[in-house]
Amino acid sequence: MVDIRMRVNGVEEKVDLSPQVSLLDALRGELGLTGTKKGCDQGACGACTVLVDGERINSCLALAVQYDDRDITTVEGLAGEGEAHPLQKAFIRNDGLQCGYCTSGQLCSAVGMLAEHEAGAPSAVTEHLCATDVELSEDEIRERMSGNLCRCGAYNGIVASIKEVAAS
Amino acid sequence: MKTFAYLSAPDVPSAVRAISTEPGAKFLGGGTNLVDLMREGVEAPDTVIDITRLPLTGVEELPDGGVRIGALVRNSHLAANQLIRSRYPLLSQAILTGASAQLRNMATVGGNLLQRTRCLYFYDSAAACNKREPGSGCDAIGGFNRGNAILGASESCIATHPSDMAVALVALDAVVEVESVRGTRRIPLVDFHRLPGTTPQVETVLEADELITAVELPPLPLAATSRYRKVRDRASYAFALVSVAAALEVEGGVVTGVRIALGGVATKPWRAHEAERVLLGAPATDESFRRAAEAELAPAVGRSQNEFKIELAQRAIVATLRTLLTEGGAA
Ligand SMILES: Cc1cc2nc3c(=O)[nH]c(=O)nc-3n(C[C@H](O)[C@H](O)[C@H](O)COP(=O)(O)OP(=O)(O)OC[C@H]3O[C@@H](n4cnc5c(N)ncnc54)[C@H](O)[C@@H]3O)c2cc1C
Ligand code: SF4
Ligand code: FES
Ligand code: FES
Repeated sequence: MVDIRMRVNGVEEKVDLSPQVSLLDALRGELGLTGTKKGCDQGACGACTVLVDGERINSCLALAVQYDDRDITTVEGLAGEGEAHPLQKAFIRNDGLQCGYCTSGQLCSAVGMLAEHEAGAPSAVTEHLCATDVELSEDEIRERMSGNLCRCGAYNGIVASIKEVAAS
Repeated sequence: MKTFAYLSAPDVPSAVRAISTEPGAKFLGGGTNLVDLMREGVEAPDTVIDITRLPLTGVEELPDGGVRIGALVRNSHLAANQLIRSRYPLLSQAILTGASAQLRNMATVGGNLLQRTRCLYFYDSAAACNKREPGSGCDAIGGFNRGNAILGASESCIATHPSDMAVALVALDAVVEVESVRGTRRIPLVDFHRLPGTTPQVETVLEADELITAVELPPLPLAATSRYRKVRDRASYAFALVSVAAALEVEGGVVTGVRIALGGVATKPWRAHEAERVLLGAPATDESFRRAAEAELAPAVGRSQNEFKIELAQRAIVATLRTLLTEGGAA
């Protein structure tokens, strides 16, 4: 067993866990933060997406011990004091979800994606790789969000929501 | 997942010392391949040495104009680096077509080079697989082999090396720097991965106790005009059926410099030496491109489900070179 400090959504907790435990299982099982979902447990769906120091990762392929003392944000930490995050509101307005299983991953991923875009990162469909002010077209959003599958096919609403928030 | 001991290495000397005294140990980079394979029972290290806290996260310009990339630089950070985007655009593109944004935020340069094949039978512990269990046979030959290799294979193993990044790096004459308690070695990437032969379980020339510390790119002006093209079953988040990394320099209608490497079709990141030989000094035309592609694929062997890759690879080479000629590079 290993003692680690998990700092999630601004709250620090000491947990004692075995090194095999994934960050995903630690969040859900140890901390009871069940907003983050397990779809495939092999990096192929994005349902488990969380933010580490502001960057999106798949928590299912992360060992919890490896993220000792890092700043983790889950879907539970997106909303402000008594108010939903702008992306959460946009998802509701635009039907960005049906069953909701992929939604927490979509939301965390979209937050991370907007930060990457803001920092000037290109994507595989960016025409001029050196450009740092790429317009977030639908193609760009779809490519940058391709790590999040939605079994219900709510993609149109998801893309519309992100586009709306990016433009505001 | 089998239980293991975990330790986190604060610096390179302690990382290489730890692995030299723990025969059943493995380094842990982003974990996107190792954790997956441990969960499947394909990898079962006794000790996992976390190297993500090592100070090997820089991308630095070298005095000769080349670039040194730390082994722990995350794939996303490398792809977004302006030096790479402007001088070696095919490398940024190759990385950006691989996996997903979340995985690229985790994956490291060293781990990417050492990621293992996605051959279906390698993952399936009930199947015969010489790579996973030497001497057990190869269920891919005669089985589901649509994703498998047509170049560099043997009767023991026809698995492809799945990396996109490594294909771009091998086109760029990258050099891998490794360290162990015995000192430092520099290995050209083109010699780093091994063909399967009769020992497909031995995938690289890296010793079990060696740590990849950096990858160096030589200065290569022609790389400014380069592209990576990936053909796959869906537009994103899928491994390559065929990919082409290419750089082209043309003067007075004649090819004066060219680099080509292939992914998705070979047992290692495949430098297309034969195609380059045919093209150098030849007129920069579709006919030359086609001749070069045919020469490279001449030794290809198709299996029950992947014969189509032979023609697809040739067309992808021609199309990539034609785009470089007419539209220039991706930067
Ligand atoms: C769903 C999915 C889709 C993917 N799609 C693609 C794709 O389209 N294209 C593509 O190219 N890749 C793809 N990948 C693979 C991904 O790129 C690799 O898993 C990743 O690059 C591995 O890097 P890592 O740091 O996570 O390696 P790890 O999993 O940490 O390590 C991999 C291996 O390298 C060893 N290692 C790591 N670093 C070092 C070092 N510095 N020195 C010595 N040994 C070391 C480890 O011991 C281990 O054996 C995909 C992965 C997933 C899960
Ligand atoms: S091709 Fe290689 S990895 Fe795949 S089953 Fe055969 S031996 Fe195993
Ligand atoms: S549960 Fe992590 S990617 Fe599917
Ligand atoms: S809303 Fe059901 S999986 Fe996306």
